[in-house]
Amino acid sequence: MTMLKEGRPTTPQAAKDAHMAPQTATGNRALMLEEALIFEIGSTDTTGVDFAEAPKVASRLGGLARTDSIGLPGLSEQETVRHYTRLSRQNYAIDLGLFPLGSCTMKHNPRLNEKVARMPGFADIHPLQPQSTVQGALAVIHELAAWLVTLTGMHSVAMSPKAGAHGELCGLLAIRAALEARGDARSVVLVPESAHGTNPATAAFCGYKVEDIPATPDGRVDLEALKARLGPDVAAVMITNPNTCGLFERDMKTISDAVHAVGAFVYCDGANFNAIVGRVRPGDLGVDAMHINLHKTFSTPHGGGGPGSGPVVLSQALTPFAPLPFVEKQDGKFVLVEEETAEDHHARTFGRMVAFHGQMGMFTRALTYILSHGADGLRQVAEDAVLNANYILRSLDDVLDAPFGGSGPCMHEALFSDKGLAEGFTTLDIAKGLIDEGFHPMTMYFPLVVHGAMLVEPTETESKAALDQFIMALRSLAERAKAGDEALKGAPYHAPRRRLDETLAARKPILTWTDPALAQAAE
Amino acid sequence: MRYLPLTDTDRQDMLSVIGAGTIDDLFIDVPAEARLTGTIAGLPDHASELAVERHMGALARKNLSAGEAPFFLGAGAYKHHVPASVDHLIQRGEFLTAYTPYQPEIAQGTLQVLFEFQTQVARLLGVDVANASMYDGSTACWEAIGMARRITRRGKALLSSGLHPHYVSVANTMAKFTGDALVHEAPTLDAATDIDALIASIDKDTSCVVVQYPDILGRIADLTPLADAAHAAGALLVAVVTEPVALGACRAPGHMGADIVVGEGQSIGVGLQFGGPYLGLFGCKQKYVRQMPGRLCGETVDAAGKRGFVLTLSTREQHIRREKATSNICTNSGLCALAFSIHMTLLGEKGLRELASLNHGLACQAADRLAKVPGVTLVNDSFFNEFTLVLTRDAREVVRTLADKGILAGVSLGRLFPDAPQIGNGLVVAVTETVTAEDIETLAAALEEELA
Repeated sequence: MTMLKEGRPTTPQAAKDAHMAPQTATGNRALMLEEALIFEIGSTDTTGVDFAEAPKVASRLGGLARTDSIGLPGLSEQETVRHYTRLSRQNYAIDLGLFPLGSCTMKHNPRLNEKVARMPGFADIHPLQPQSTVQGALAVIHELAAWLVTLTGMHSVAMSPKAGAHGELCGLLAIRAALEARGDARSVVLVPESAHGTNPATAAFCGYKVEDIPATPDGRVDLEALKARLGPDVAAVMITNPNTCGLFERDMKTISDAVHAVGAFVYCDGANFNAIVGRVRPGDLGVDAMHINLHKTFSTPHGGGGPGSGPVVLSQALTPFAPLPFVEKQDGKFVLVEEETAEDHHARTFGRMVAFHGQMGMFTRALTYILSHGADGLRQVAEDAVLNANYILRSLDDVLDAPFGGSGPCMHEALFSDKGLAEGFTTLDIAKGLIDEGFHPMTMYFPLVVHGAMLVEPTETESKAALDQFIMALRSLAERAKAGDEALKGAPYHAPRRRLDETLAARKPILTWTDPALAQAAE
Repeated sequence: MRYLPLTDTDRQDMLSVIGAGTIDDLFIDVPAEARLTGTIAGLPDHASELAVERHMGALARKNLSAGEAPFFLGAGAYKHHVPASVDHLIQRGEFLTAYTPYQPEIAQGTLQVLFEFQTQVARLLGVDVANASMYDGSTACWEAIGMARRITRRGKALLSSGLHPHYVSVANTMAKFTGDALVHEAPTLDAATDIDALIASIDKDTSCVVVQYPDILGRIADLTPLADAAHAAGALLVAVVTEPVALGACRAPGHMGADIVVGEGQSIGVGLQFGGPYLGLFGCKQKYVRQMPGRLCGETVDAAGKRGFVLTLSTREQHIRREKATSNICTNSGLCALAFSIHMTLLGEKGLRELASLNHGLACQAADRLAKVPGVTLVNDSFFNEFTLVLTRDAREVVRTLADKGILAGVSLGRLFPDAPQIGNGLVVAVTETVTAEDIETLAAALEEELA
């Protein structure tokens, strides 16, 4: 017998034939694995969970036993792990790279926070346990509340709102309750044109007529127009500060004074608090209510769209109207003030906003984050966030139009527009090009006051090297879009999917999976 | 500071590029009187990971966790065993640290999960469509009442006395501002629900009837007559499910004529977490889909013809419609929806039915055993995994005393309905698969001692 001596090839063929890569039989591309729906791969007879046998009892379901097939497919544990692992790999995430989504504050999510939230003493307690058995949980709420009040220079904080928009609702409900308590029915809420869509939606929900306030050419609230509109019918002004153009509202204190002078209240959208935490207290600017997105400034994970958490800090004037429940310290013990005890403590509350006490799982994470940073670290957070944004602004304002770049520094986000791109090229092309370059796109087409807006928020947790690579990529894309590089209009080429047809999705909505065999039989 | 990568050299280099002398130059737009110099007084500085973990761990240990005690609390939040793989998978950074899927080409993972979740929820609730989740059951319930108002253009909602009182409180808070009229009273400790009374109360101004299934006392009633009566009067039936595991054993509300079915999804995959974050479930009939609040994920194709998923029908939503939106909701409960969906996929129909059967079997055994304790009476004829006992004295005191003995006995009706002292002796007891025969004996013995 002769031994084969040539072995396996160890030098690859030249990669010049990469563009000739054949279609694979599976549709997979090596590590990029296609994954079918659970309804296509699972079966109603398969399960990944074993249970003890149920006791044999006579059913007491009131004659309402479910006998039809529910149609819920199961997978074994291994198939389940593989299904969701494969799907996860079709997502971009902060853990993979820079995620400069303006107004969303996609900063690093420290893993200590996850560990703490999962301690059984926090994760495995019931909201209606006797208060003597949850003193540590109430202490967390109380301690976090104290930090939020101190950091914002406000009087109190309502902890229960479930997300930013829910916090806006809380603030406006407190404002409305305060106005009603003094017998002062007002009908209008003023909202700047650059505001988040949740602001007008919230005000309308609370029964107010929403009126826009125009912006000045330098991207800020038009103070004179606002003053001219203020009057006895105005209940509140909702202002985002720093605003959605990434700029600090220089006239904020003057605005607040003018609003208070007509008996109205100032609601501040705190979505952009990351820019000023530790350096500016909204309470010093005359704010009456402001929500804090714990999932932005205080790094609780965004989770692919929630859960969020939106505590609302309140001024002294609004504090009596704060919602139930809330935590108080009485005689060395923490007390959860609910409906039962509210009469004595909190008779003017506007009521309850959620079934239980708010987002405890987010409170533990946020408090862990805050304690890790401390007062000095949080101040550094704001400084580095603002520094990073200005670095991007000034590194790119020669190739991209920066509509407010001339008016001075930005805060924690840099705003660009599509002005100067070649005919037919848009912000969308730049955004989709960034995907191919390995970045999540910036916020696009928001704020609405800038044409083809690109709002870039790097956050403080990006290194200079990461910023430099992003700047290099965005510069290259801007140059291609200005030069009219048609290939850019097809981007992304390297993502799990090419551009998706959103018009088709809306015109013929398919919102649940239907077995094609059944669908065919029905036709 | 371990989370901040810039060095002082980086900072100096970057300031030079910007053309600023110091960091203070970047905060020049802040009015001088509002600029803080130095750190805020009275707050500690940064701390090591070890120090923070120690502090938080000490606070955690001051709580009696459900796993440490015989545990019988329910009333809108249930302790179920969550398979280890669920928490492992939701901690994958690609899920945990992703944002709302606004860029679908690089968010197909989240989007496919949402499409699967919507289908699972719709099938479980017995409705045509479900959304991508709400904050929790109570806010989903309120949103359903608002949706019924938009559809019927009527402003009076009848809330069953069996609806969770905190859900009623949330609805009352919102109704004060929207002008809806809500009709509600506390339940009575009877085996029969208030369905007949609700039917008799429906009139031409009624937008919807809101009924919980199983209700706050654990009772289960056929919703079909209520749905028929509501529809005959041009009103909608909103069903609320706070324990979705029940739908592995009991008929789905959507199959009994409910137009909108909402629920609290916490039971499946999410865990107790002292009340949040939880998971609002929201489903309805196809014809009402454009009045739905919240995010929806839909199927489509990409430019190369491949199947893919996107957020859709966003013309209902605040970022497009602003003050004309169906709701102001933006963030939902994405990661909780993922946990629910993974847990449901692990269970499958087979596992869900086994889980439900185990819950019901143990609950039947517990109800029979506890009803034998002198001074304890069982209210329910029907129940799934939760029932109500009447004690010979105020159940709040009993619950507190038993907690001091390390037994978490249930939820007293005095805590839930502080304004209804006539039912203050009621105790709602939940029995899930996590309860052992020994736990039941421990509770029975403790009640016997306490009520003697």
